[in-house]
Amino acid sequence: MRLAVLGAGAVGRSVVELAGEYGHTVTALADSSSAIVDEDGIDVDAVLARKTDDETIGTFSHDAVFDSEYDVLVEATPTTLGDAQPGFGHARAALESDHHVVLANKGPVAERYEELQALEARSEGRVLFEATVGGAIPVLSTISDVGATNVTAVRGVLNGTANFVLSRMAAEGLSYEHVLAEAQDLGVAEADPSFDVDGTDAALKCVILANVLFDGNYSIDDAVVAGIRDLPGSALELASEDGWTIRLVGEVARDGVRVGPRLVPEHGTLAVSGTRNIVQFETKHAGQLNISGRGAGGPETASAVLSDVTTLEREE
Amino acid sequence: MADHDGHVQAYTVRLELADEPGELLHALEPIAEYGGNLLSVFHERGSLTPRGHIPVEVDLECPPDRFDTIVSALREASVNVIRAGAERYDEEITVVLTGHIIDTDVSDTLSRITSESNTSVVDISLSAPEGTSDVSSARLRLATDATETADVLDTVTAVAEEKELRVIAPLTEGEGIA
Repeated sequence: MRLAVLGAGAVGRSVVELAGEYGHTVTALADSSSAIVDEDGIDVDAVLARKTDDETIGTFSHDAVFDSEYDVLVEATPTTLGDAQPGFGHARAALESDHHVVLANKGPVAERYEELQALEARSEGRVLFEATVGGAIPVLSTISDVGATNVTAVRGVLNGTANFVLSRMAAEGLSYEHVLAEAQDLGVAEADPSFDVDGTDAALKCVILANVLFDGNYSIDDAVVAGIRDLPGSALELASEDGWTIRLVGEVARDGVRVGPRLVPEHGTLAVSGTRNIVQFETKHAGQLNISGRGAGGPETASAVLSDVTTLEREE
Repeated sequence: MADHDGHVQAYTVRLELADEPGELLHALEPIAEYGGNLLSVFHERGSLTPRGHIPVEVDLECPPDRFDTIVSALREASVNVIRAGAERYDEEITVVLTGHIIDTDVSDTLSRITSESNTSVVDISLSAPEGTSDVSSARLRLATDATETADVLDTVTAVAEEKELRVIAPLTEGEGIA
């Protein structure tokens, strides 16, 4: 498939780097200021080297991507809340011209799901978004395999940064500030970690799951969200006296979405450590299903994007 | 037990004792004193609780109306009763509270939780490493009836909300998602 990739952050770059291995060709790449378009396939190494050197992708305007020849638009620009722009507009432009869209950007799926579905219904193109929930973990394809109507609820640990902080606080008896600073040094946490530690990122993923499972209509405003910022180290210490630990758990059920710190059994399935994620499905006929793996990272998330592309190719 | 109609029932009481000489005897005395008949004592030496205490399980029989007196007598003798009688307290819930726990009157918090829902606080552990006027944490172990855990958690949440405390409630494997 010919891919037009929007966004040249960790995920966009990894998609471009790995596309060839999956048998696809990148014919366009853009960041917010410029683009490169080549219908024979862009020279990935040269483009990424230039981007690193002088921050410019190419000489084309950003919009040139939409006029180029491509099969799938990969949307990997940063997630925004509210109107989910410019991600939503990018997806709309591709769908209105009957192209497929693969989203790594959570905004459009969490905040404007029904509009996205309506655009897809009128288009020859399809929208897939495996990468938006749980990084490399096949969360959405598991739901489609099991059947959305057979899944009654989902819960999980869906934010690696918050999980890293909590598992370090518990293991080393360190304070929140100390561990956060360490996570920032390691590159696990952003300079502004609010999106992760306040629970917003986990909530968006849960809202996406609610939309997929329960026919849309959910947005971040429907989620009850609490983060881990004010959690004293002593809370983790006391929890461990009784064999518990604390994880930032997201819960998705028909009556709503909830994210907050919860006590989970210290050696239980949900007590994943470090940056691992886990997703637990409650199913009607098959009991509980657990899948765990790397929930973030450039190549990990790109692998989910590329598996969506492969799905689209198989369906053609 | 001549003053009763002869009906006695078996109960299991689970205690947590400090690893010191005389502790077991001290714990068994109130049982005998208030008319309990000891059936067996299982002293789990070697399997310490996370706080370094020894779990002890005592089976006893007594008339049903005596059982509460025995449990109260144990508590009055400062014996830590973890579980008392399967039919009354068949479920334990651990919750962690964080915030200004001490400043907001911790004993009032506990008595409101127990008076406003069908539960008893079997154990509490407090940690205030930054001093009592700063943010602290408390772990409560609450005993209740299995059918009432949701109600107990609602009460804990309501009391905590009033005092601007945060509740970290348990999520167990296989628990239905609320």
